[in-house]
Amino acid sequence: MSKDNRALIKQSLKRRNRAERNFQWFGKLGVALGLAAVVLLFVDIISKGSGAFRATYIQLEIEYDPEAIGILNVNDTEEFIFANWQNLAKKSLRDLFPEVAKRGERRKLNNLVSEGTGFDFRDQLTQNPSLWGTKETLWILADDDIDTYYKSWLDDDPFSARLTSEQIKWIDQLHSKGLIALKFNTKFFERGDSREPEQAGIKGALIGSFFTLILTLLMSFPMGVTAAIYLEEFAPKNKWTDLIEVNINNLAAVPSIIFGLLGLAIFINFFGIPRSIPVLGAIVLALMTLPTIIITSRAAIKSVPPSIREAALGVGASKFQTTLHHVLPLSLPGMLTGAIIGMARALGETAPLLMIGMVAFIVDIPGGFTDPATVLPVQIFLWIDSPERAFVEKTSAAIIILLSFLMGMNFVAVYLRKRLERRW
Amino acid sequence: MRSIMSICSVLSVLLSTLLSSYALSRDGIQVVGSSTVYPFSTVVAERYGRSSGSLTPTIESTGSGGGMKLFCSGIGVNHPDITNSSRRMKKSEFKRCMENGVEEIIEVHIGYDGIVIANALGATELNISRKDLFLALAEMVPTEKEGELIENPYTSWKEVNSDLPDLEIEVLGPPPTSGTRDAFAELGLEGGCKTFDWIAKLKKSDKNSYKRVCHTIREDGRYIEAGENDNLIVQKLNANPDALGIFGFSFLDQNADKVKASKIESIDPTFDSIADKSYSISRPLYFYVKKAHVGVVPGIQGFLREFTSERAWGEDGYLADKGMIPLPEEERFLAAKNTRSLIAMTGKEPLQ
Repeated sequence: MSKDNRALIKQSLKRRNRAERNFQWFGKLGVALGLAAVVLLFVDIISKGSGAFRATYIQLEIEYDPEAIGILNVNDTEEFIFANWQNLAKKSLRDLFPEVAKRGERRKLNNLVSEGTGFDFRDQLTQNPSLWGTKETLWILADDDIDTYYKSWLDDDPFSARLTSEQIKWIDQLHSKGLIALKFNTKFFERGDSREPEQAGIKGALIGSFFTLILTLLMSFPMGVTAAIYLEEFAPKNKWTDLIEVNINNLAAVPSIIFGLLGLAIFINFFGIPRSIPVLGAIVLALMTLPTIIITSRAAIKSVPPSIREAALGVGASKFQTTLHHVLPLSLPGMLTGAIIGMARALGETAPLLMIGMVAFIVDIPGGFTDPATVLPVQIFLWIDSPERAFVEKTSAAIIILLSFLMGMNFVAVYLRKRLERRW
Repeated sequence: MRSIMSICSVLSVLLSTLLSSYALSRDGIQVVGSSTVYPFSTVVAERYGRSSGSLTPTIESTGSGGGMKLFCSGIGVNHPDITNSSRRMKKSEFKRCMENGVEEIIEVHIGYDGIVIANALGATELNISRKDLFLALAEMVPTEKEGELIENPYTSWKEVNSDLPDLEIEVLGPPPTSGTRDAFAELGLEGGCKTFDWIAKLKKSDKNSYKRVCHTIREDGRYIEAGENDNLIVQKLNANPDALGIFGFSFLDQNADKVKASKIESIDPTFDSIADKSYSISRPLYFYVKKAHVGVVPGIQGFLREFTSERAWGEDGYLADKGMIPLPEEERFLAAKNTRSLIAMTGKEPLQ
């Protein structure tokens, strides 16, 4: 009998071990697939986007000659508005290639440098008038078509469809003289959106995201935490609180576009808050993240052992004191996790912002909570839809920035949680 | 707790400043409307902002219809100043504007955009007529018998027209929400649809069923909706050399190394052929301005001046570089003059 049993156990042992092995294999497979997806994503994005951190520059000798650009009196800033600043770069290009004489060819030659160069000269000379009359050797940003061609040419896969054969010849000449080179793209971090890919930067969207998220956190975290504490510690358990709980859980699952519609209907149409501003975006996103924060905060409060409450009450603390001095500090790490999950979702959201005008072309970098602004995921969405070839790498670069922003946020949260965490 | 208290007080201060700020006026121009005009409008806005040193207009891409709705909802800083459109304002929209107090509207015709039917660079070059397009893509097609419609039976271009190669019908195009799709249906499909006499007659007798016959695209998987992203269509064409794609001319211009356009009725889509309207699938681009906002919201006149300047919308202007097809010279000069002197629509224009 016992021998039979042992045989039976032995037999089933094999099967049970196999089941466990299979399960472990499935688990490993799942982890491997997940990792592979992440690696693939990162390799793809980084390989496509790394190009955007470097831009093509052309070295030119610029002579700050007021007459060449139609300025008679260099102290009169009124004249600066109508001056032909781009001419400073054009003149220098003409000196570099004196053999180019035909009008059409000259136009092509002028197209080598970015159209925004003139504005940079204006800003520089407005700040520093002592430069007038002097000469300076500068690295000037090249046009996006040149940039795309030069990068693809360096990679031995030239994309020349947008250039003429003369332009390609000029770039060859510049390259052999060492006057064209890839350099770190400072514009990408200094400027807002632009329709000229070489002038487009991420700063506007980055600041917009920052303003929006700060306000979102300020609105949703205190409100969410107080609501959770009330519901968990003070509210009577009856039909009403049950109803509220069900509704909060439902609200957490509402598609985000609905919150955008709510923002449009109530805050824009009824309260008359202007479109496209971070305050409005933050209100909508705060409403969206509030249920997530309430639910996770309640779970964190629940996980505090009752003995701690009983001990506090036992030494004579009031219910409010117990909650505030003991329960809240102990559950704060869990609440922070919830807040971060909510913030991460808010950071990546575009759908609700579509309805309230934050999906827009905004060039000026927002200076406050009520300046028109856009956010990082919207910037990605706008760039990926642009016809210009050079925006492909900008898009990937913006994704890299968005992911870094997210990781930075998560890092702060993990650090805070580690500091606040207490074990018992 | 003190920290939470202070956060709450900061919050309440913020909310109160917010509620008081809505009464303030707006400093920057707000533009909404068509996603086709968006790439051109944004360039002008940026140039205007940088060269004048004033705030750059904010531009949203809401689609032509959505833009009209926002634009016509009223006067005042909470409503946009300008709307872009890839078609002319409709009669119903004009009426809606009037009802909501938007009485003086300045209409600016800025140029044209061509819609191209393209395939991968290595694939067979096609010469399609609008009739072929209609027969290949409509949901219901007419038979030899007059007045009879059957469900589209064609699977290959050769069946549609024996001059075309034996190629599976597979077309990637924009979804129904897109203005490009509307324009394609109106200019491409309807243009081919009208070549059948009895359907052309239907237009007078039963406008609704005429529209249904001519504008409905088949849904059996031969027309594939590729989303609003035209770059995606270009990528997919490269992966599948048998497929054709429908998108705007500016994308063809930027991706000349990857795709090439089919001829429509033996005409290649080029700058000139679209401008002189010999290329049949092209549409006009407009924007509309509220006259009541000129002078109230700063910068509108400057923005109009920049948009209608020769360096912007002229033949060698920067909008042409971005792929917009300019108006003929005379029309352009007249439009620039009328726009700068802020001449509003009279309501007598032949709107649809």
